[in-house]
Amino acid sequence: MRARVFVTLKPSVFDPQGTIVTDALHTLGYAAVQNVRQGKYFELDIDASTEDEAHRLASEAADKLLANPVIESYRIEVESGPAGPVP
Amino acid sequence: MWHKETSLQGADAVILPGGFAHGDYLRTGAVARFSPIMPAVQRFAEAGGPVLGICNGFQVLLEAGLLPGAMLRNRSVRFQCEHVFVKVEHVDTPFTSKCHPGQVLRIPIAHGEGNYYAEPEIVEQLEARQQIVFRYAVATGAVTPEANPNGSVHNIAGLCNEKRNVVGMMPHPERACELAIGSADGLLLLESAVHSVGQGNGVTAQ
Repeated sequence: MRARVFVTLKPSVFDPQGTIVTDALHTLGYAAVQNVRQGKYFELDIDASTEDEAHRLASEAADKLLANPVIESYRIEVESGPAGPVP
Repeated sequence: MWHKETSLQGADAVILPGGFAHGDYLRTGAVARFSPIMPAVQRFAEAGGPVLGICNGFQVLLEAGLLPGAMLRNRSVRFQCEHVFVKVEHVDTPFTSKCHPGQVLRIPIAHGEGNYYAEPEIVEQLEARQQIVFRYAVATGAVTPEANPNGSVHNIAGLCNEKRNVVGMMPHPERACELAIGSADGLLLLESAVHSVGQGNGVTAQ
């Protein structure tokens, strides 16, 4: 089973990297892009029998290691069946 | 002492040095925080033993929850390696006891992620409890936005825990111990540590 963990900076936290990317896109002429927030994405292949179990394990991993709760929050998607590329 | 040890073997003080442990992958200090030696450091800190984290060592202390807050990328989004002025706000820690209150030290920084962040309520609490030990300042000691090299909230360059035995700082005092390399101000921190250990803190490292 594959769990996808999306880690992003909390809205209240300033994102220096996202600001630089926003500026670069504006330089490229994408004035319509108003703001960019940069985050991290993890794919966890998990040996679990149910989606709930995979979700629980991914959530534990995010709490302990993948995200820092002081500055980041995360979202998890679980997909059963063979692991595949991100759509 | 190697990070894979599990005992501090009777050390009088612990200094977590700078560096880029585990390549800073994931987040700075996020992997080193789970090094086999860390439970012993945690116990030593909780028992009141003097612990200093410098640069990456400070980041490890933050990730380990021994100090509050987290580090963001520098406001400049660049690695910054330069001498800065740091004002010593409090001298009642094992690592600042030989400084004068308000003393300005010239010591270098060398980091890409030293932009200290904590929730506003936490920062207020740090101020109220006088836990902000070092602040980026100008040579005369004035704490100004221009003196802040990385965007740290309230110009925070270093702080301590409530019990004041655990201190973390981004500047590198150990790189300022010889006039020949620009400054010897960092020696004061080493002398403070030696003095504090000599006074005896009653903690035996396990």
